[in-house]
Amino acid sequence: MQYLLLLYSNEKAWENLSEKDQEEGAAAYGAYTEALAQAGALVGGNRLRPTDTATRVSVADGKPQVLDGPYADSKEQLGGYYLIEAADLDAAIAWAARCPGAYHGIIEVRPIWPMD
Amino acid sequence: MDDACQLDAKATARRATELVARRSYGKLVAFLAARSRDLAAAEDALADAFAAALAEWPRGCPANPEAWLLTVARRKLIDGARRQRSGEAALEHWQWIADEVDAADDDAAIPDQRLALMFACTHPAIDAGVHAPLMLQTVLGLDAKRIASAFLTSPAAMSKRLVRAKDKIRQAGIPLRVPEREELGTRLSGVLEAIYAAFTDGWSDPGGADTGRSDLTEEALFLARLAAGLLPREPEALGLLACLLHAHARRCARRNVDGDYVPLTEQDTARWDAAMIDEAEALLRRACRQGRIGRYQLEAALQSVHAERRCGAGVNWTAALQLYDALATLTDSPVVAINRALAIAELRGAEAALAELPDLAADARLGEYQPYWATRADLLARAGRAHEAQAAYAIAIGLESDEAVRRFLRGRQDACAHGPTGGG
Repeated sequence: MQYLLLLYSNEKAWENLSEKDQEEGAAAYGAYTEALAQAGALVGGNRLRPTDTATRVSVADGKPQVLDGPYADSKEQLGGYYLIEAADLDAAIAWAARCPGAYHGIIEVRPIWPMD
Repeated sequence: MDDACQLDAKATARRATELVARRSYGKLVAFLAARSRDLAAAEDALADAFAAALAEWPRGCPANPEAWLLTVARRKLIDGARRQRSGEAALEHWQWIADEVDAADDDAAIPDQRLALMFACTHPAIDAGVHAPLMLQTVLGLDAKRIASAFLTSPAAMSKRLVRAKDKIRQAGIPLRVPEREELGTRLSGVLEAIYAAFTDGWSDPGGADTGRSDLTEEALFLARLAAGLLPREPEALGLLACLLHAHARRCARRNVDGDYVPLTEQDTARWDAAMIDEAEALLRRACRQGRIGRYQLEAALQSVHAERRCGAGVNWTAALQLYDALATLTDSPVVAINRALAIAELRGAEAALAELPDLAADARLGEYQPYWATRADLLARAGRAHEAQAAYAIAIGLESDEAVRRFLRGRQDACAHGPTGGG
């Protein structure tokens, strides 16, 4: 099965880290990504630019409505994701628990709903 | 075949299916859903298979009823998968089941994966409130209506929660698997907690006066036996079974002949089920020999202290207090704190016990917890504070839904107005 790991954390906390801490954080993600790849579990993944860069789009009366900012204002923001291959939810949870993001935020584990 | 004979055959077949249903339902569901994780489909197919058995078995019961049921059930599952065109994967899966069933044409060869099913039902990714209902349904085949009645909710609401939980198991890929060693301890406590919940939710009406509410204590005992039988090296699984057997052994003594409520320390020990208590004691000894103490072993040991009254001895309150102290370090349960205060009352007097009662201001749950107020009232009465006792009894009575217990509390309330300690 495939699962999407959604990494939520306080993006301001990241911005406030020292350069050295940011480097260490990036290295931890690098090692985690490498471990996923080595295990053959990595399907895809990336980090996201902060929510300042977000744009909301919806269509009303046939016209696109474009707004500045993220969809939801909350303490934690979606900062990145991994798409992984795992045998079952327990295996996906085990990967989520190893993710550096789980130490300073929340990982939401969502099963992929394949399109036929 | 003449009519009488046919009737007889029908009755025999019905009894045979009921017996297999009770003994094998969970085993068959677990087997059918082990790989697909589709509990709903497994249950539907099995329901069809049982209906077929009722029609066919009067002409002769099969030698291997479980294998017979599985053969019919997997045929239904394959037909269903074909009809819904649910893809090659599903068909392949049911074909695999078919091969397994053919290989296991003897009932004894069908693997028992009920333990894995119980772990799936109590997975932390599933809402804890539905753990016990889900286990009662998938392992024992109880319908939502019966479960809803025990858990004081509507059948429609219960049914919805069960469907949602089963959907989650299938769609999120929750495995039917016994966890690895390092995880087993924490996951097992989830299983045991759910069994305990199934037992206590059916427990508060020992007289069966409330006929509209179903009692699931027998079912919970079945689950506890199953867990203890499948995990003989887990002392807490044995401890839970011991604890439930102790409680169940006293079910008849909780009411006197007039249907009045009788508290534990005043129960007629002749009305306790001696064989059941012996079984509980033996289980607890087996559990303790493994040297890993836990909540359920401590609770069973406490019951065991009370059970000593059978031999004409009084309750050893010093031992009871030690056990409550140990339990209190494991849990912040108000039930433990309240019972601990009662043990203190026996050893050091009612005023000392009142000082040890948990603080109402610190724990909001206590305000609407009947045993807290009943205990407080009892201790106040014993300390000679009749006015305060009466007020506390009034609150306890207001919080109690069981008429027999309400009657008992009203009796105590009256006694402290007229009794020797009722000074004013």
